[in-house]
Amino acid sequence: MADHRGPGRLPAHFTTPGSSSFIDFLGAAAPDLLPGRRPLPPGIASELAPHGTTIIALTFDRGVLMAGDRRATAGNVIAQRDAEKVAVADSYSAIGIAGTAGIAHEMTKLFQVELEHYEKIEGTPLTLEGKANRLSTMVRGNLGAAMQGLVVVPIFAGLDLDVDDAARAGRIFTYDPTGGSYEERWFHGVGSGSIFARNALKKRWRAGLERDDAIRVALEALYDAADDDTATGGPDITRDLYPTMVVVTPDGAVMVRDDDLAVVAQRVIAGRRDNPGG
Amino acid sequence: MTMPFYASAEQIMRDRSEYARKNVARGRGVVVLKYPGGILFVAENPSNTLHKLGEIYDRVGFAAAGRYNEYENLRVAGVRYADLRGYSNSRRDVSGRAVANAFAQTLGAIFTEQQKPYEVEICVAEVGDAPAGDQLYRLTYDGSIVEEPQLVAMGGHADTIESTVRDTYHDSMSLAEATQAAVRALSAAGDTPRELGAANLEVATLDRDRTPRAFHRLIGPALNELLAEPSGPDHDADADADDDAGDADIDGAATDDSATGDEQTSGDESSERPDRGTP
Repeated sequence: MADHRGPGRLPAHFTTPGSSSFIDFLGAAAPDLLPGRRPLPPGIASELAPHGTTIIALTFDRGVLMAGDRRATAGNVIAQRDAEKVAVADSYSAIGIAGTAGIAHEMTKLFQVELEHYEKIEGTPLTLEGKANRLSTMVRGNLGAAMQGLVVVPIFAGLDLDVDDAARAGRIFTYDPTGGSYEERWFHGVGSGSIFARNALKKRWRAGLERDDAIRVALEALYDAADDDTATGGPDITRDLYPTMVVVTPDGAVMVRDDDLAVVAQRVIAGRRDNPGG
Repeated sequence: MTMPFYASAEQIMRDRSEYARKNVARGRGVVVLKYPGGILFVAENPSNTLHKLGEIYDRVGFAAAGRYNEYENLRVAGVRYADLRGYSNSRRDVSGRAVANAFAQTLGAIFTEQQKPYEVEICVAEVGDAPAGDQLYRLTYDGSIVEEPQLVAMGGHADTIESTVRDTYHDSMSLAEATQAAVRALSAAGDTPRELGAANLEVATLDRDRTPRAFHRLIGPALNELLAEPSGPDHDADADADDDAGDADIDGAATDDSATGDEQTSGDESSERPDRGTP
């Protein structure tokens, strides 16, 4: 920010026309605030920070939802029991990031500002594919850190407002650490417990699920993940901690209230008492 | 023709002021006023896409009169400034005062350093948690900044518009009442008074009850309803104020989504101003 041309005047980056991307702007005005722009010393740093684990997304009738467990681990220790790995990205999309917690938080926050910034400057939001591509670029920017063990694996889901058929408007995108973006059909999951969660979804998901059924299916899948993966936390009744969940419908993207999730989670647990395999 | 070798600083500044003032006064009018539910912006603007009003941040809005490319340039700078501050600190750390100050410094520097000042007048508004926290800043082409207690009128016939609105202004106006007062004043100003309808108006609010992003455009049916709603100075304004704020909220939410698509600004293409070198 040394580019002052007058007393107290905003530096030239601020008034340079052309870009509606906050990340591009940060790259010029304050590159040290971008996750991918910091020089990293050599060595493997994967044990440095806690890891966030299982996140799933699934489509349902007229919408899409994303849910994540609450656990973050550092080696064999539970680093955090109330981690929030799923967030509302903008009015019609949700983002969840598994992997190194610090970078995941930073990337989530940056992505949220990026979408809002574009909307304010252009007066119209990005298309769903535009949002998915922006995220792709951000993950690619983290490749250097990923090679040293600071890997993040996002999952992105939202409603495509350009699709007329409401049943197909919910779309899910996953990413690999090099920034490759893949559109998934129906449901998907990322993180250590996702293998188990995806298997559960494979058996339980069906086309045209209602919103409430979809919430139940998501909690069942996360229960299965927690059942078999040590790094995934199950519903914690003693502490009143349940998965975080964002539901995106034509009415907007909202976090599902804890109280509502508690009721469904208790039902899942009760069901498992009679039938542990669900 | 002979060129003068010397022009006094006073003369230069006076010329620049006159130039800017004259050109701002040629534009269409804009009114920004406080009402109990927040802050209301009303602009005469026949374009649906080239906005005079805009969102800067969660609680901060922007209104401008004058030359589009110049105020659009400032608006974008304001959004960048606010997003940068909010990203590196916290969202609560972005204030209207800071944004207004950055604009004032920039306008002041341009006024003294460059051949031509910006031909703009800007209003930065912030909605607080309570009406006492609402702020209105008026900025002019030379970087002067004034905090206004009730309302700001800018653009052509600003003085007439301001005094017309002031005639009916009171602290407990409902949203409909405030909008209609502003529209009446805009319609009456100028040599040929005319009836301004929804098609020639750009209306937005900073709605205190809308979180986290208070800025909200009133368009389509919501705006028509607001303009048609019966209201008068004798109306029970106090009870109405809350109702109206609530109604507008619901109307707005219903139309908001379909509307965002229409709100495209050709901002970047038309706000271009080749980067100026040092004078």
